[in-house]
Amino acid sequence: MPIKMFDGNGAAVEAIRLARPGVIAAYPITPQSSIAEHLADEVAEGKIKAEYVRVESEHSAMSVCVGAQLTGVRVATATASVGLALMHEVCGVTAGVRLPIVMPVVNRSLVAPWSLWCDHSDTMAERDTGWLQFYCANVQEILDLQLCAYRISEHEDVLTPSMVCFDGFYLSHSMQRVDTPTDEEAWDFVGPYVRKNMYIDTKDVMFVNDLCPTDEHTEMKYQQMMGFEAAREVVPQVFAEYGKRFGRKLYTVEKYMLDDAEIAVVAIGSMAGTGKYVVNELREKGIKAGLLRICMFRPFPEEEIREALKNIPVIGVVDRSSGLGGAQAPVCTEVKAALLGTDAKVFGFVGGIAGRDISDGSFRKIFGELEEIREGTRQKVTRWFDAREDAMTIREVETC
Amino acid sequence: MEMQQNTPTNTPKKRRVLGPCSHVLVAYNTGSWRMVRPVADQEKCVRCGICAGYCPVAAITVDKKADLMEIDYTYCKGCGICANECPKEAIAMKPEGGEN
Amino acid sequence: MLTYTIQPKGLVSPGINTCQGCMIDVIFRNVLDILGEDTALVIPPGCAAQFSGCGPESAITVPGIQGNLENSAAIAAGIAAGFRFQGNDHTQVVAIAGDGGTVDIGLQSLSGAMERNDNILYICYDNQAYMNTGIQGSSSTPYAASTTTTPAGKPVGSKDLIRIVMAHNVPYAATASVSHLPDLRKKVKKAKEIKGCRVLHILSPCPTGWGYPSAKTVEIARKAVDSGAWVLLEYENGKVTLGRKPAALGDVAEYMSMQKRFAGIGEDAVATAAKNVTDRYAYLEKLAQIG
Repeated sequence: MPIKMFDGNGAAVEAIRLARPGVIAAYPITPQSSIAEHLADEVAEGKIKAEYVRVESEHSAMSVCVGAQLTGVRVATATASVGLALMHEVCGVTAGVRLPIVMPVVNRSLVAPWSLWCDHSDTMAERDTGWLQFYCANVQEILDLQLCAYRISEHEDVLTPSMVCFDGFYLSHSMQRVDTPTDEEAWDFVGPYVRKNMYIDTKDVMFVNDLCPTDEHTEMKYQQMMGFEAAREVVPQVFAEYGKRFGRKLYTVEKYMLDDAEIAVVAIGSMAGTGKYVVNELREKGIKAGLLRICMFRPFPEEEIREALKNIPVIGVVDRSSGLGGAQAPVCTEVKAALLGTDAKVFGFVGGIAGRDISDGSFRKIFGELEEIREGTRQKVTRWFDAREDAMTIREVETC
Repeated sequence: MEMQQNTPTNTPKKRRVLGPCSHVLVAYNTGSWRMVRPVADQEKCVRCGICAGYCPVAAITVDKKADLMEIDYTYCKGCGICANECPKEAIAMKPEGGEN
Repeated sequence: MLTYTIQPKGLVSPGINTCQGCMIDVIFRNVLDILGEDTALVIPPGCAAQFSGCGPESAITVPGIQGNLENSAAIAAGIAAGFRFQGNDHTQVVAIAGDGGTVDIGLQSLSGAMERNDNILYICYDNQAYMNTGIQGSSSTPYAASTTTTPAGKPVGSKDLIRIVMAHNVPYAATASVSHLPDLRKKVKKAKEIKGCRVLHILSPCPTGWGYPSAKTVEIARKAVDSGAWVLLEYENGKVTLGRKPAALGDVAEYMSMQKRFAGIGEDAVATAAKNVTDRYAYLEKLAQIG
């Protein structure tokens, strides 16, 4: 397979190109903009033979995608942050009418305060919208997971759209080498889009998404739930086939040094690499640290997580979104639920908000506190581990 | 919701569809809403067809050549637009259940 | 896969739960009669959603999707793009939305589709308020009209959709009224033959929301046209063509007096409404004189 250089957005565009969409509708938003631009370039240059609809909002982007895919073509769009929030309503339609749209989402904080930088508040707000969610650790995975997502989403038992999430700037604008399948190899894997469920066809008439009475609505949601259940089976199959064809292992959860670990951190997204680096460092010092990376967040792989973390007494979960008002932030909430009934002590950490770097120092602090918990010298962790001490007095203004 | 069954149902091979869609053409028994019914005076009627054009439920058939003006009451909601628009005042709205 | 339990009238079911005296049925039947079976629809929530159906039950014989309230034009644009990609340049893609779904919440996506000149026919049936949700005021609700959210009468006039449409330089746009069906059919036929984004704005009086006996829908619509409260016009290749000059331009008093939504308004308000109508007509006449 050829090695190409891509930043994260470039890898997303390449995966879209390889999947040969018929209609593209995209609206620019930092840090996704270069996806919208490069897709337009590829169409203008004839490298993607698609209709490019230059929409006036993300809401319309997803609306165009819904209409187009119902005619029986694969579609493409991408977004980030408030763009995803604006799309939210139509994302529910996409999922509810079982359109297997695959969408890269470049993670960026939601307003307010305004920020251009990465956290997961945008996609975590969509976690119950009915989309599969994959979180990438590096640029290579963006390409890999997106190609797999077409196969997973379009599987006749799944028929559920996918968000392929990757961290804004950390991955979207980070140039990395990417093993890239040839056009033929990728097409042989992804294959043409075949409409399998509802569609708009004047020769085969149905009216999609009409009002659903109460005596059927629960059943429609049950069907969606079964799509997620099917995805639990289909995802490993597709990952295995992808690995066989292209030689790279993909994960629902990635285990790192967990087998004999006494403390572990659960991470998601691009922070995981830094976490592994600190695990190595701690291991050299004789501390039995490990890391679990959640790659698939929807459906949530609770059994894999429970299995991976069994026998580890102290566990920290790092959320890159604040989970305001919750018992824990979203990832920790779900990990805790997965570990219910085990003896593990689970602690939530919130940090990396709006582009604050989750550095090696961050992980040293987190692992350090977990180790103290394990030793019994600490009872609580610093949940907001990277918040400034002057948080409550950060603005002081002159009184009138 | 009562369904009218005046034509045979197609039953092509069945397949599963997931998610919400409508695929069975029905008509609701809107004729049951009627409080008043349009009654045509066939002598006054000049078969112009204005009533038929405006009828929301397309209940009126007018055929000038066949000298025909017919009202199908199955779906007629009794709105009275036909009577109101008739240039010859050939349609009267009469109470349902009363003397016609 | 559509299963027929009844014989449709044209391409539409004859028994639909639109209100007694509502003429949206007539709009659908006439539009689909002209466009034919090779038509795909987008219908947002609203009165016309009676036609998309409920549960498995449908009321029309052409395919479509019920979208959200505000994205009818965008979904239609997507359908049109999907068809175009597949070499289908014959299927008419039509969005049929009410005034709320058009001039209020749907204006942005309609604006986008008009600017891109997407190959769709956008039809707004205008009953001048959110009738399906209980007669709340919209930006199409006229001056002084009482609705459940303008109980004392709307203090400002309505948004002028057709002028907004014209500002997008679409290839074809027209207004129509359920009282003037041959005119409406002529405009749908013309729209059918033109490529690009076409917009029809059709007056559809609402007995429930306007407060008049159901028999009067056509009469009221005709009065709206005759008084200039609703102006019939066409916009084609940048040129405005007005219909026949209203017989009683500015004479809105009787038109308003027939409707409970204007009940109790003073003479001043009637005079203001009349001035609004004549001023707008004078402006449209000037537009029609250009080019």
